Amino acid sequence: MSLAAVLRRLATAAVTLFGVAVVVFVLLRVAPGDPIAMMIGPGASEADIAALRARYGLDQGLVTQFFIWLQGLIAGDLGTSISLRSDVLGLLGQRLPATLELAGAALVVALLVGGTIAILGTLARRSPGEAVVDGANGLLLAVPDFIWALAFVLVFAVFIPVFPLTGRMDPTIDMDFATRFFLLESLVRAEFAVFGNIVSHMTMPVLALALPLAAIVARVLKGALIEAMGQDYVLLARLKGKSELRLVLQEALRNALPATLALTGVQFTFLVGGTVIIERIFAYPGIGNMAIDAVINRDLPLIQGIVLAFGAMFIAINLAVDLAVAALNPRLRHG
Amino acid sequence: MSAPLLDISGLSAISTRENARVLRDVDLVVAEGEVHGLVGESGAGKSTIAKAVLDMLPRTIRVTGGRIVFRGRDLASLDRASLRALVAREIALIPQDPMTGLNPTRRIEAQLTDGMRLVAGMSRGEARERALALLEEVRIADPARTLAAYPHELSGGMRQRVLIAAAFALEPKLVVADEPTTALDVTVQKQILRLIRGMQERHGTGVIFVTHDLGVVAKICDRVTLLYQGKVVEAGTAREMIETPRHAYTRALLAASPRYDRPEHGCDPVPGSVVAGLEAEIARHDEGRAP
Amino acid sequence: MADALPRESAPLDAATAAPSLAQRARRPLWRDLLAEKRVVIAGSYLALLALVAIFAPWIAPRDPLEQDLMLSLLPPAWAAGAEPGYWLGTDDLGRDVLSRLIYGARVALTVALVAATLAAILGSVLGLLAGWYRGLVDGAVSRLVDIWMAFPPVLLSILLVAIIGAGLPAVIIAIVIIDWTRFCRVVRAETMQQAAQDYVIAARTIGFSRRAILIREILPNVAPVLVALVSLEMGIAVIVEAILSFVGLSVSSDMPTWGGMIAQGRQIIHHAWWVLAAPLAMLFVTVLAFNQLGDGLRRALDPVARR
Repeated sequence: MSLAAVLRRLATAAVTLFGVAVVVFVLLRVAPGDPIAMMIGPGASEADIAALRARYGLDQGLVTQFFIWLQGLIAGDLGTSISLRSDVLGLLGQRLPATLELAGAALVVALLVGGTIAILGTLARRSPGEAVVDGANGLLLAVPDFIWALAFVLVFAVFIPVFPLTGRMDPTIDMDFATRFFLLESLVRAEFAVFGNIVSHMTMPVLALALPLAAIVARVLKGALIEAMGQDYVLLARLKGKSELRLVLQEALRNALPATLALTGVQFTFLVGGTVIIERIFAYPGIGNMAIDAVINRDLPLIQGIVLAFGAMFIAINLAVDLAVAALNPRLRHG
Repeated sequence: MSAPLLDISGLSAISTRENARVLRDVDLVVAEGEVHGLVGESGAGKSTIAKAVLDMLPRTIRVTGGRIVFRGRDLASLDRASLRALVAREIALIPQDPMTGLNPTRRIEAQLTDGMRLVAGMSRGEARERALALLEEVRIADPARTLAAYPHELSGGMRQRVLIAAAFALEPKLVVADEPTTALDVTVQKQILRLIRGMQERHGTGVIFVTHDLGVVAKICDRVTLLYQGKVVEAGTAREMIETPRHAYTRALLAASPRYDRPEHGCDPVPGSVVAGLEAEIARHDEGRAP
Repeated sequence: MADALPRESAPLDAATAAPSLAQRARRPLWRDLLAEKRVVIAGSYLALLALVAIFAPWIAPRDPLEQDLMLSLLPPAWAAGAEPGYWLGTDDLGRDVLSRLIYGARVALTVALVAATLAAILGSVLGLLAGWYRGLVDGAVSRLVDIWMAFPPVLLSILLVAIIGAGLPAVIIAIVIIDWTRFCRVVRAETMQQAAQDYVIAARTIGFSRRAILIREILPNVAPVLVALVSLEMGIAVIVEAILSFVGLSVSSDMPTWGGMIAQGRQIIHHAWWVLAAPLAMLFVTVLAFNQLGDGLRRALDPVARR
């Protein structure tokens, strides 16, 4: 993809993001329910409430409020959370890495699981094994992350308690982290006990998020692989004595990947969106879990900040997918 | 010349999907160093024969009788692994479409040297040397640059040259050329035919040349076998068949093929009576045999 | 080397390939539907579930709201310590899990039916308009879809219900507002594709008005995809309702819902796993059924696949 194309995509993305900001802002401001009243409790005087309203800029007109917020946004200030009484940007900085690690790990697992299913299905094509693989994948495809998560809770936390039910790691762990990317940092600093602890906490939520995406990856990739396996270059390589597995991995996979990535990129945004409820189920300290509390507490600045963060992530994913597809295709890379 | 390179006798096959005969008692002999044309309309069974020789028949086609003897060995008597090894070593394929014959995501060097490294066990350096020599032999102007290129950077004719180089890379005894010129335009076609003939003569390789075009047969083949619906209609030297065709179908087919020397002549379709005669012959052949 | 055989029979295929209307009429629709095994199985299950929901007061062994702290946390009938008559046990307030499950089907199916239908109508109308009129309409609709797609759906639904206020109508409205884009995208693409087909161009040259073509030519061809999507959307709606109940934003607590039971079961999971397992199983089977029904319908109704 040329630089101009990237810039054009970024410009469209900016317009979309602005639209998201406007929609959220309008939705929240026309909504009934007073965040100040929820925050301050019944005994407060009128004057106190008015003072607080002024402090959070809620006494201004809708348009004025929006432009104040927009000005802050451009200056890198997302306002102050009403319920947590803390800087929104700071809160995002604290919580976002947890969500990014969760979604990133889920993406990796989804690609591995989906890729394996697709390769098995391709090797078993036109044999009874294919129906088994397709059937299993059809089940994966139909079950959403919410059901997976709760099923895992029942099986792996209650019936056979092997994984911890909640949190990101044991509270007893005492490690001075330099970043908020605990999983990556513990790995890089070779703190394997801590790393293992985090992994065991993340296993259930990651699997719940990954399985639906894995099913989609598997279906699309298998179709693309089988098509590639019918090409003459595969036949020629087969005549040279390459095994079927090597044919799939060396000849077909590279050709099947761009289409798969392009088709599953959007699905990854669904995975990221799914972190909201999955983090809730496992009390995982990411922005999704925080978002639900923010909504329940009518914490307007925080909701806005989180929604914007999700929107930015979605757009970044789409852009990254386009770039990856271009990078994988030699025709586009050189042309 | 002693024993033939390839001796197919009485080969019959059915398609399990359509429950129809696809090959009917086919005899085919290819001598060492000869170019043998396998001619017929689409569906005549020429591709099925080629696939049977390469042990690449789809699961839907079952061989019901006959033998394929390659250099004195009955292919059916070999176990799967030694058959694969034999094919990899001594039989090669030039595919029909140069666009899909090369993997778009791998460089030419990797694709050209695959067989040398896997089958002949050459080192990376040896394989590269051999690849350069081969590309020179198929008259590619800049072999080093071509090796580093991806397929989409080459023209259709160049790709077909690369595929020919790959087919001759391991000095096979037999090359199956599956309509290698149909996807190319006419001027390139002639060059490619000349190239295959030249390579074949230099290396002393036997070639099965699959085509539906009798004009091509005249240019490149020594001997020809003509098929209709899986049955051999006529076999003989290319010259005999074109100058003194014995079978009415051969004559009709010759009349139907465009002549490069007389383009204004046009072509005549195969007459219905000839087709009816053939159908009757095939019906007689099938009589008494359960399909 | 292409397989020689399919080529041989290609002309035959081509002759039957055109999905002629006469041919479609010859085979009745219901036979195609019954031929799809999953349509039959999933459809039967969902019909049964609908009957259970409708006749809940007669079927449920007890009042789903009746609390009896003396009988709290009873295990299911097959486990030790079970009380006869409480087939699936009781929750921490002593309410009968089976009865709550049966009443919960009412909320689930109501939301599925109403929300999916409304979302389908809103989305298809916008999709048809965008796909048919192109230009400015398409630009506006597509931009709107883009903006919508940049929201995490779960967060948006929670946000909407928080704004509209909890309750069944709010849940339905939230689902419609979020999921119309699913219909819009598919119908828009399908309409654009259909509009470029020969038969539409032919209809135009004969002089049919744009609206007549839209209704008489495009809509029937988009319909199969739409029917399948509605079925899939019903499954999604059931899940979204459960998620909202789980977060505590769906209907009030005096109406049992599967999601509400799941949330409650999640709290007392170490004391009574069945309070979570029972509604989760129902949710799973129901979503799977809607999914399979949608898949089967798409196959059975697809005019190309039906020939």
